[in-house]
Amino acid sequence: MAYNLYFEDVEVGQEVPPVVRETDFMNWNRYAAVNEEFVYLHMDDAVAKAAGQGEAFGMGNLRWAYVMNSLQDWIGDEAEVRDLSMQFRAINKKHETLTTQATVTEKKVEEGENRVYLDVNVVNQEGVQGAPGKAIVVLPSKG
Amino acid sequence: MTTTEQSETLVTQDMIDAKGVWGAETISYPVGASDIRKWAIATYWPEKPPQIFWDEEHSQATRWGSIIAPRDFNPFTWPVDRPKRASAGPVPGQTPKKGENILNGGQQDSFFAPIRPGDVVTSKTRLSHWNEREGRHGLTIFTFTETEWHNQDGELVKRRISTGVRY
Repeated sequence: MAYNLYFEDVEVGQEVPPVVRETDFMNWNRYAAVNEEFVYLHMDDAVAKAAGQGEAFGMGNLRWAYVMNSLQDWIGDEAEVRDLSMQFRAINKKHETLTTQATVTEKKVEEGENRVYLDVNVVNQEGVQGAPGKAIVVLPSKG
Repeated sequence: MTTTEQSETLVTQDMIDAKGVWGAETISYPVGASDIRKWAIATYWPEKPPQIFWDEEHSQATRWGSIIAPRDFNPFTWPVDRPKRASAGPVPGQTPKKGENILNGGQQDSFFAPIRPGDVVTSKTRLSHWNEREGRHGLTIFTFTETEWHNQDGELVKRRISTGVRY
């Protein structure tokens, strides 16, 4: 993987291949370890229930990573994700199947960069879109 | 101030004092190739992460010339000295008081220079602004915090505006 695609090959409406993950403590504990994110809400059902969240839930930043990875895998490891923004509106419950979404909304040359704008989200198996956001990736040109 | 008045806002004097003021800089340990590899494994798990995050020979042939970290990599984990931190939320055996429940509401990042093995990253943060409103859990405050990371060469690595949710 270097450059996977070029600016000229991208069209508005194009969808990025998704990252799909079944999530539980096997995902969350690995992420907790590398991000040193040991928060009871992500580890202890009783604490999460007392906080009004039902049960322990996954880290928003891990869903962020899944979207980031989907974008990076799409563009290749020499192209750049310039911007990513997401709102963590719904929590990631245990045993959910999460699927990333990213759709091209615009492409333009801006500040000397070939920028592709996308709407992003993470959806669970019930179709709940829990993490809406936007991204910009910078692609090489064939020219 | 009466108890009733106290419950009408989750804004604290500390927040008012900190608004718009850059805090002390935090400096990372030198980033290790192993830190990057572990991060990539954790975030790609159970799939194998791309070679750019762990294979030096492969990475030398790319435009980067070395391994780079995933853009979401955090170089500030596992410090020996433990700075005082705000509460990371409720703990076992305690019923959280109003305002002690904390969630990550999201973030807006811009990425520039990539992080490489050996990099030392400096971070500075300031509280930008906040707003309060009634939500599913009653009075809820959304705080917006700006963060900038620079590497040892003074290059901008990342700008972030993060949203904290407290209720």
